[in-house]
Amino acid sequence: MDALKQELKEFIIEQLNLEDIEVKDIANDDALFGDGLGLDSIDALELIVMLDKNYGIKLTDPKQGRAIFESIDTMAAYITANRTN
Amino acid sequence: MKKVYINSIASVSAQKTFDNAEFLNDFIDHEGIEIPVVNPNYKDFIPPAAARRMAKGIKMSIVASKIALQEAELEAVDAIITGTGMGCLRDSEKFLSTLIDNDEQYLTPTSFIQSTHNTVGGQVALELQCKGYNFTYVHSSNSFESALVDAKMQLAANEENTILVGGVDEIGEHTFKLQELVGHVKVKPVKVSELLNSKTSGAVYGEGANFFVLSNEKQESSYAQLMAVKMYNTLPKEALSETIKAFLSANELQVEDIDLLVLGCNGDIEFDDYYDILGEGGFNETQQAYYKHISGEFNTASSFGFWLASKVLKLQTLPDLVKLNDIKSSDFKTVLLYNQYRGENHSFTLLKQC
Amino acid sequence: MSKGVAITGMGIISAIGNNVEENYQSLIESRKGISRISKIKTNHVNDIMVGEIAFTNEEIAAQLGLKSDNSFTRTALLGCLAAKEAVENAGIDNVDDYKTGLISSTSVGGMDMTERYYYESFENKAVQKYIESHHAGDSTQKIAEELGINKSFVTTISTACSSAANAIMLGARLIKSGELDRVIVGGADCLSKFTINGFKTLMILSDTYNTPFDENRKGLNLGEAAAYLVLESDALVQKENKTVLAYVKGYGNANDAYHQTASSENGDGATLAMKKALKVANYNAADIDYINAHGTATGNNDLSEGRAIIRVFEDTVPDFSSTKAYTGHTLAAAGAIEAVYSILALQHNVVYPNLNFKTQMKAFEITPELQLKKKPIQAVMSNSFGFGGNCSTVIFSKEP
Repeated sequence: MDALKQELKEFIIEQLNLEDIEVKDIANDDALFGDGLGLDSIDALELIVMLDKNYGIKLTDPKQGRAIFESIDTMAAYITANRTN
Repeated sequence: MKKVYINSIASVSAQKTFDNAEFLNDFIDHEGIEIPVVNPNYKDFIPPAAARRMAKGIKMSIVASKIALQEAELEAVDAIITGTGMGCLRDSEKFLSTLIDNDEQYLTPTSFIQSTHNTVGGQVALELQCKGYNFTYVHSSNSFESALVDAKMQLAANEENTILVGGVDEIGEHTFKLQELVGHVKVKPVKVSELLNSKTSGAVYGEGANFFVLSNEKQESSYAQLMAVKMYNTLPKEALSETIKAFLSANELQVEDIDLLVLGCNGDIEFDDYYDILGEGGFNETQQAYYKHISGEFNTASSFGFWLASKVLKLQTLPDLVKLNDIKSSDFKTVLLYNQYRGENHSFTLLKQC
Repeated sequence: MSKGVAITGMGIISAIGNNVEENYQSLIESRKGISRISKIKTNHVNDIMVGEIAFTNEEIAAQLGLKSDNSFTRTALLGCLAAKEAVENAGIDNVDDYKTGLISSTSVGGMDMTERYYYESFENKAVQKYIESHHAGDSTQKIAEELGINKSFVTTISTACSSAANAIMLGARLIKSGELDRVIVGGADCLSKFTINGFKTLMILSDTYNTPFDENRKGLNLGEAAAYLVLESDALVQKENKTVLAYVKGYGNANDAYHQTASSENGDGATLAMKKALKVANYNAADIDYINAHGTATGNNDLSEGRAIIRVFEDTVPDFSSTKAYTGHTLAAAGAIEAVYSILALQHNVVYPNLNFKTQMKAFEITPELQLKKKPIQAVMSNSFGFGGNCSTVIFSKEP
């Protein structure tokens, strides 16, 4: 699980071009959207593609993303429970 | 009808032009078939959170916009009008190659959003929080001139008081290769100082962003008055001289009144003869300048010519590296620009000292 | 200076008809043009529905009398057909008899050919002719050439899904200022894999018929179309004793300055655009008899637009409907398509039904018109909004 969380942080920083942020800056329970990391609805769509590409999870409704992408913890839990690859 | 002034200028180009205190002081004699821009420090102008998703064209435009507003001493403008031939080309290519290479899978929205032609105008509005009129023109070498025509019309009619007008284009790797394929780009690299001596077909490509605040109120920072802009989708060589004379006389001017003719020649022997018709014909006793060895060729390169002409009118000096002939005007009061690309989309732009 | 801006001709091709008459018949008979995609091979074939035009490129090229080695993209082909109908409808024999310009708009441009030959261009000389057709101005240049517009003001606007409304707006201003006596304005966009996949990444494509202003709307259907209007000055209309179809009475353009793609929750930009248009028209809100809404059937647009309409019209929201359920969202062409529909509404005194509507939205109490409604109509408002915060409104009227 910790390896997955590390992987997710690295991916988020790289894919979403968070230039000034390092893995250690993101706590597992930090809010990714809004006041936390400051991600927005376009980032959410980027993350949905990531779920599909890296873990074989297909979301059809972007609204589903809101709960899943709340924090690194929630993402990791969802991926662990639903991954197909 | 109100007069229209150029109250500030800003340029990101292949030379260090983003500093308005300088005027082509240190010339970089690039050699190649495409020339890169001298990048300003984007972080000085754009917060990292906003910059992270921005294409190069957007970044260049936001820097140029902010410099232009600063120089015009404005916090905001009434409207934003952008010209771009191709928009943020790199992102369009990124989206399309991923689409084809991955067979329509795993595509992400960011590059699609940035491939929309009006993405620059939208992002500049977002950065400046400008809720006013916002247009984007995408008509090849007349993209920037369309923006000028629009802005001038609204300012003259006093519909708006300050308008940010700009031209921006990027080089895209794949599109560049396609343009090489059809002979639009020079085959052999040239030193840009020797551009007009190459005696070969094709152009040296470039990219950049040039933005201006136009206003119907003159102020201390004003560079020049924008007298007229006229566009022609087609213009046969044999009609060029009479058309430009008619344009001048519509503005109550004659050839002798022009102190400087700024030409868009790009060293392509197949199409530079349009410029020769004027340079060696009716305007052979007029001082002449050119600029595409500095900017490179792109759909909105003429916005760099507009930058050059504005600067000349304000500073009353013409750098040697843009001189096209040996004629010297005693002073610069009226400047005429002429541009076309591959024989299509011609424009005349007339500026006056203010 | 011209006080009025007269519309003297119009032309259109869309998924519900190949000319003005066919489009009108489909509108009043509630016939939609939405189907599964057939002309583009895409993996998303079962996930989307589109408003596709039946003609093949070859069929349109033959109608236009083009040679087989032409480099027309589908955008250019559709644009030429519609623009020619408009010019013919305006009874113009010679475009050179008055200062005539062309303002077209597109968002797809030549992408249909570029995506087809992206790599093949390097190996196959025969398809290299399309390289120069890629840029957005190419279809406009070709339409100008087909119409015989030379040495004139010709330009292209691309402000995403509001593009053609802006072309109409610029044209009206050029007529008013006296820069031009006559200008052909409109837009064209064909379907492409690029846009299908682009909108797919935004997750705003519906897998079934789009349902504007419905609580359970699932997103938009993309469509392809082209439409053009001929705008003429008072002086020209008077001198030539022309029949006037309608007038461009007002227009407004504003930016939401809120988000790269989405509209603000309260529709700030849309509100500003509608208010500006009313002001230019010198109208009160009560002067509008029908609103042809942008109504794309995305969650975001219909909420934002509905709220903006309420902000502008308050307690007296006029009849409104979206015609996107008929044609799909035709992107840059939409503003011109819906301009033609607005003018037809004025001419025939009808409000078109908002098809596919089942459930009232919870966010507000306004409901689109659901039946074909006959009533006297003096003025129609048409909204077009796009990415990048672009919001545009045009008002068409019977009287100058």
